[in-house]
Amino acid sequence: MHNSSPQIDVQGKLIAVEGLDGSGKSTQIYLVKRWLEMQGIKVFFTEWNSSDLVKKVTSKGKKKQLLTPTTFSLIHCTDFADRYERQIWPLLRAGYIVLADRYKYTAFARDTVRGCSQKWVTRLYGFAKEPDITFFFKVPLNTALERILSGRPQLKYFEAGMDLGLSSDPYESFKLFQARILQQYAALEQQYHFHVINATRSVEEQQREVREIMSSRLDLPAFKKRNVS
Amino acid sequence: MSKRFFGEGMPDIDLSDLHGKLIVIEGADGSGRSTQIEILKDWLERRGHATISVGLNRSALVGRQLQRAKEGNILSPTTRSLFYAADFADQLENTIIPSLRAGFLVLADRYIYTLMARDIVRGAEREWVESLYGIAIAPDAVFYLRVTPRVLVERNFEKKVQLDYWESGMDIGLSRDMLESFFKYQKLIQNEFQLMQKRYGFEDINGNRSPRVIARELQTRIELLLEDVLQQDKENQVMAPAPVPVAAFQGSVVANA
Repeated sequence: MHNSSPQIDVQGKLIAVEGLDGSGKSTQIYLVKRWLEMQGIKVFFTEWNSSDLVKKVTSKGKKKQLLTPTTFSLIHCTDFADRYERQIWPLLRAGYIVLADRYKYTAFARDTVRGCSQKWVTRLYGFAKEPDITFFFKVPLNTALERILSGRPQLKYFEAGMDLGLSSDPYESFKLFQARILQQYAALEQQYHFHVINATRSVEEQQREVREIMSSRLDLPAFKKRNVS
Repeated sequence: MSKRFFGEGMPDIDLSDLHGKLIVIEGADGSGRSTQIEILKDWLERRGHATISVGLNRSALVGRQLQRAKEGNILSPTTRSLFYAADFADQLENTIIPSLRAGFLVLADRYIYTLMARDIVRGAEREWVESLYGIAIAPDAVFYLRVTPRVLVERNFEKKVQLDYWESGMDIGLSRDMLESFFKYQKLIQNEFQLMQKRYGFEDINGNRSPRVIARELQTRIELLLEDVLQQDKENQVMAPAPVPVAAFQGSVVANA
């Protein structure tokens, strides 16, 4: 929609990482960012749910538990659109490599688990371009759960999927919620051509694979800053 | 007649028990919407119908944030569309649907049509916007108060002494001259409404006439709708009507701004 029609030639590249909490994707994309930066490549990193403007509303809604599946979905999409229109899209047009820690597929998975129509959610995010590469960090459910829950973290209401009414125990609810998310991801994997990374391996091995794929699929030297002093 | 969604709908909503009626009044600022809604509310309540009026941009969730963002003009187009949609969804779920469930007549001071027209005029794709608002409940009746832009200008000057920035479409750069921009913008919006009217079959009301004449026409048309309600009652005579929790709704009745 608006300014992001697919016909426009985009010089930049969009790389997204997806996966369960505890899959190690944030570590991996951080290492990718460092790797690109140190080569003098124009790179920008963005993460889900980080824009100031909508943060206020989300936290307000979350506190008061005012959000329903529909408003939850819309608020997160608003947040995403804000980042997309101000940063992601202009940066892509300006020839940056944009690294996204979670992208619209996170919303597809979460919102459909909450009962939103898949067709509706897909259409909702229709303004956002498909990534050039989507890495999916795949771990067995229990591995991800162990990584997250071993520290007995304070799980927030929506984070634990408490709104789904799966269990009154936040930890139990989180487990059931994550299992459903994983199912949704499995359905998206093929449809959106995720590049699956076996995330049970060492950090180094995974990073090597990610870097190899990026080097072979993108002409990285073309993204170097010109005004290096 | 049972309710239906405008499009894909939303989760966790049972449409079968929404017995109230949703009546939408659409029109530009200065088209007399608020006046008509006040008159209708009095008229309906006099006749014993529980009535509630709802408007845009009043949700507990994002209403205030939206107002602030509007003042600062800091939202990009898609973000603004979605903000409005979130505001609408919140009111739909928390006010409109519970009221319909309780058998209220809901008078909506603008609805998705204004929101869609504004987005489309600002360059949003029609299919995207329609899908977005597919969550809405399709109204039982939509009345569009059509007022010629000249008359709108007069009424706006009389009421507020100045033209509204957004209602003049100043954000889209149609003209540096506010009055010219107002005319151009209102023309675009009216064209959009004309298209939607054909598509969704809402009723065109000549809003250039006096409030009393318009009110009478609206009442005649709404009476037809209400006959339907009474008919339903007769059919369901054996079943006791659900109690209407009036007290619960007093808090959410908002005055027409």
